[in-house]
Amino acid sequence: MAFSFPAFSYIIALIVDAFLIFFSIFHVIAIDELKTDYKNPIDQCNSLNPLVLPEYLLHLFMNILFLLSGEWISLLINVPLILYHIHRYRTRPVMSDPGLYDPTSIMNADVLTVCQREGWIKLAFYLLSFFLYLYGMIVVLIAV
Amino acid sequence: MAHIPNQYNNVPGHQTSMPGPFPQHNQIPPSQVPGPVKQDGNFNPASIAAMNSQTNHFNQSTNSSPAFNHPGMLPPLPTSLQSSPMRPMKTTVTQNQLQNIQNIPVNSGSPHPSNPSPFPPNIQRPQINNNAPPLISTSQYNQPFMNGPTTGPIGNVNHYPPNSSSFSPTPPTNLPPTSSNYGPSSLNSNYGGNQRLPMSSMPPGYSQPNVPISGPPISGPPLTGLRNSPVTTGPPGNLPMTNVPNISGPPVPPLGPPRSNAINGPTMMGPSTASVHSQMGPPKGLPSGPLSLPAGPQLRQPMPPNINPPQHQLNNGPLEQQGYIAGPPNMPAGKPGLQSGPVSGPPMSHSGPGPASGISGQNTNIQNRYPPMPYTNLSPQQQMQVQQNIAKQFPTHNLYGVTQQMSNLSVTKQGFDQLWGHQMVDLMQCKNILPEYLEEPPEIKLAHQFAESPNCSSEIFRCTVNRIPESNSLLQKSRLPLGILIHPFKDLNHLPVIQCTTIVRCRACRTYINPFVYFVDSKRWKCNLCYRVNDLPEEFQYDPLSKSYGDPSRRPEIKSATIEFIAPSEYMLRPPQPAVYLFLLDVSQIARESGYLQVVCETLKTNLEQLPGDARTQIGFICYDAHVHYYLMSEGLTRPKEMTVLDIDEIFLPSPESLLVNLGEYKDMVKELLTILPQRYSTPGVPASALGAALQAAYKLMAPTGGRITVFQTCLPNIGPGGLHSREDPNARSSKDVAHLNPATDFFKRIALDCSGAQVAVDLFLLSSQYCDLATLSGMSKFSAGTVYHIPLFRAQRPWQAEQLTQMFTRYLTRKIGFEAVMRVRCTRGISIHTFHGNFFVRSTDLLSLPNVSPDAGFGMQLTIEESLSDLQQVCFQAALLYTSSKGERRIRVHTLALPIANTLPDILHAADQQCIIGLLSKMAVDRCVSASMSEAKEALINAAVDMLSAHRLAQNLPAGAAAAALHAPAPLRLLPLYVLALLKRKAFRTGTSTRLDERVADMCLMKCAPLPALLRVVHPDLYALHALPAHAHAHAHAHADAPPPPLPPRLQLSAERISMNGAYLLDDGETMIIYVCHGVSPAFLSETFGVAAFSQLPDEARSLPKVESEGNEQLHALIEKLNDDRPYPASILILRDNSPSRQLFTERLIEDRVESAFSYYEFLQHIKTQVK
Repeated sequence: MAFSFPAFSYIIALIVDAFLIFFSIFHVIAIDELKTDYKNPIDQCNSLNPLVLPEYLLHLFMNILFLLSGEWISLLINVPLILYHIHRYRTRPVMSDPGLYDPTSIMNADVLTVCQREGWIKLAFYLLSFFLYLYGMIVVLIAV
Repeated sequence: MAHIPNQYNNVPGHQTSMPGPFPQHNQIPPSQVPGPVKQDGNFNPASIAAMNSQTNHFNQSTNSSPAFNHPGMLPPLPTSLQSSPMRPMKTTVTQNQLQNIQNIPVNSGSPHPSNPSPFPPNIQRPQINNNAPPLISTSQYNQPFMNGPTTGPIGNVNHYPPNSSSFSPTPPTNLPPTSSNYGPSSLNSNYGGNQRLPMSSMPPGYSQPNVPISGPPISGPPLTGLRNSPVTTGPPGNLPMTNVPNISGPPVPPLGPPRSNAINGPTMMGPSTASVHSQMGPPKGLPSGPLSLPAGPQLRQPMPPNINPPQHQLNNGPLEQQGYIAGPPNMPAGKPGLQSGPVSGPPMSHSGPGPASGISGQNTNIQNRYPPMPYTNLSPQQQMQVQQNIAKQFPTHNLYGVTQQMSNLSVTKQGFDQLWGHQMVDLMQCKNILPEYLEEPPEIKLAHQFAESPNCSSEIFRCTVNRIPESNSLLQKSRLPLGILIHPFKDLNHLPVIQCTTIVRCRACRTYINPFVYFVDSKRWKCNLCYRVNDLPEEFQYDPLSKSYGDPSRRPEIKSATIEFIAPSEYMLRPPQPAVYLFLLDVSQIARESGYLQVVCETLKTNLEQLPGDARTQIGFICYDAHVHYYLMSEGLTRPKEMTVLDIDEIFLPSPESLLVNLGEYKDMVKELLTILPQRYSTPGVPASALGAALQAAYKLMAPTGGRITVFQTCLPNIGPGGLHSREDPNARSSKDVAHLNPATDFFKRIALDCSGAQVAVDLFLLSSQYCDLATLSGMSKFSAGTVYHIPLFRAQRPWQAEQLTQMFTRYLTRKIGFEAVMRVRCTRGISIHTFHGNFFVRSTDLLSLPNVSPDAGFGMQLTIEESLSDLQQVCFQAALLYTSSKGERRIRVHTLALPIANTLPDILHAADQQCIIGLLSKMAVDRCVSASMSEAKEALINAAVDMLSAHRLAQNLPAGAAAAALHAPAPLRLLPLYVLALLKRKAFRTGTSTRLDERVADMCLMKCAPLPALLRVVHPDLYALHALPAHAHAHAHAHADAPPPPLPPRLQLSAERISMNGAYLLDDGETMIIYVCHGVSPAFLSETFGVAAFSQLPDEARSLPKVESEGNEQLHALIEKLNDDRPYPASILILRDNSPSRQLFTERLIEDRVESAFSYYEFLQHIKTQVK
């Protein structure tokens, strides 16, 4: 039983992951509101866009901790998502503000479907990885 | 000279000698429309007066009805509403609702305050001429011959064709060997020698964008230039006008030579089919003999062409009969005799191949070897479906080298195919594939119940497939794009306008009541989109004609698929806005050099009175170069006062008011300003343009009211917010992949979204002489529902360009306009809209926000089938456009389209509308260019054609591409490969040929938002032979004025093969009409048409057609006018000799020929054939 740096990184990862779960829930709800005509796409994009970079950075920060603490398995699981985030941000529409979502193209059914699917998949991923980190934390904590 | 009234030109300019022959909207004769209907405000008094003879006989009855008063009577009648026979009417009907056309009060606010009683429900609103008539000057035709300078890179000499012999068909040197049966003459005549274009040299000064600002800024107080200017306060020079009634001509294609009709299929049928035949009537429009073909040598046509001129009369009876018979199988069709139709059909279709298969060893006729799709599973409805619009020319499959006796056998089958409308064309064999006249879209045949219901005109609402696949998997199998094209605000001559206290709508999905609803009983109706049963308000059951309650189907809402409501106050979020116009004028150095300001100010001055609007109309001007100049016009001033804001990074309005002024009160001052402006900015200026700052200022000015901003831009905006840098590499203009189709910054998009939120639209006139990065600038129009107009290399010194701008701008100023509009498109449950195309902002899944809507804007929507539709009989689409008219009235224009369902693949393929498909494909390809790449978009276009043919091959069970010599296409889709090829050779998509980036983007903008007829002309221009014109129209030349106008000459295929060296041709691509004179043309023709004695006296490049007192010249003018009839403004004219340096302008549009970087049509077909799986 030792409170080591890996244990610390898992604890941080759990907290961060909880935030990420909230982000993706918000994302799913926001896209769904667009789909059902509740919100104006300009307002919705304005509320979604500021959250994109924080989410990506939080996720990256968590993985840097894993990298530093040498938790390779947890890191490996997250690498595809990091690469996806980088790809997604590189191919974003021309925008002067940070963010991904363009109010003029988001109402396209294809874009909307992609966004919604992305939200659900991310939510599932964050949820599963939450339990993984919990397990990892316990393993690290009870290890001698 | 005579000017033809057209539907755009609703106050006709001049007395006419020919009624406009172009198709009008599906009209409701006024005599059939009950009371509350009135004609749309497009009418002018004269035309209404002309209508009175028709309207009077029902005016009589409606006059005495309580709720309706008659429409269209010109003099203000002392109409007092009489009390209802049923219930006493409240006398709250205000007098101002009963005024006539001339004096309409400003209805700011709710026009009908409160009318608590449901009776009288329908208060007749006065006839409102709220559409300022577009005025097209006719003086354009009278210009002298002008030998204008060549424009830019056009001046490059293209040695094409090098000599006259290259026009004659050359041996098919580059044809693959499989084309042995293709015929002696090659489709693909090589233009002897390489026509390699020299890399176009740039016009001087093309790449000089970022010039730093130099010189001290011009500042503030009114300049002396303003004071010294002459004051012109006289009335603007109005064009003389005479009122001409709107003549709504019949649709033009039927006006051509009578459709031939060969009914030889059914005659070959056995006795068992005779009963089918007798029930179905003669099939219409069977492919006819070669009479209309220009003698294709290889065409063998065994069918005797039974020419049947009065075809319409002949077929009308049987067709109606069909409509009744054609019910789906589960419909209680009733008559026992009906059953024999489907039953007797299939045996014959099986017996057909029987005897034929014995011969098939030596026969290439695939139809004989493979029994085609057995039609046993077709419903009687589908079997009965006889396509009306099978064109005349194409040879059907009995063409493929069959001998006479064999063709006798196949004719039976062919007869069946024709009967069911399932004809095929072998594209490889069919050389003359282009019909002589533009085809009508396939007929929409609704189920029995709605067979008589009026469907929306195909000019307004069109679907790519006229029978909707019943499931998504079926749609995927057909590989066709599913979508609709809408032209919602098209100028219509006959539009029923009604006003009632409650507009009947479905309570669940808010669908407007329409001709396709089902009346459960006289008190309830079932929505045709969501199938909810709704109550009918009592007033709706009242029939004004018989003054009785009962049958609600006599209401105009039920009788017309296009209708306009005058909306009550529930439809207003705020009081209807006034018409507000703001003009943003670029006065930078390049703008001053181009001299556009003079043209624009003159045009605007002339048309100030014609600007649509009411007494509240406001107008304002902002000029910008390195700074932003405002023009203050207020009470105390005698002259407009200029105020210049130097700080363009933090733009502000120098005055809280008087920058936008009331047009009526300050007309003199506005005119003075328009006179002063060109002189004020005639001296050399600053080579900088702060468009971004000016737009921000304009937004601040307009945001409280909404309205229209018109931007004139001539150069790259290079300073201030939204400043851009030149991105185009002139050396890469002909490279394979095109970069920079995406915007460089989102500044213009964001300002467009702001504008859209404030109900402001931004229209852009790009009069560039250098690269302006239209890909970025167009964002300001794209998302604010504006329009982009582009005149490349504009110089006001070139009279034809000044003329073009004048016409464009005149139409722009005077056309109808709708403010603060939204359009919602509703579909039957199970279908949803996937992607929108056009200029707008999508506010929710089915709602488009259109700050302005113009009659020249078209929209496209891609659809997806989300649920199975198999239990439905029909699918409906309803587009509702809610707008504020320029008179401050809130109106709703509703279009409803109903389409039947199909459940088999052949049915879908044979109900496809190739013109609409190409319209949608072009929009999709533009999107693909921007989101992916040019090469991917081109690949996708080719794949669309390949997919369609593959689907047809699957459906008909034909052998695969490599095995068969033929390439079969369903008859309604036979032009699709040609159109796709034409699209690939359009400026927007062509690669390998030097194309300016701005022109490419402008072409893309056009494809995204042009209505379909204009788009088709742009994609596939029409070519007419002028030398054959006299023979064609001679009989009509001196005919009486009310005789039918001479038909258009037949269209020619766009191939150099069709160009004879002793001919003269007219190529009409919408924007320009190129008259191409070959050197062998007879001197008599030259002198008669152009007034020159010899070919060599023709100038290299003339920009107007001279007026000569001769018949030939008159006919040519008449033809051009007729062609101009259905477009917003007349096309410019360009006369070229076949040895002019710029004849490439003409030859590059011959899209069936090979150019160095693109396929010829025949090669393209070969390419497709290898890919068809």
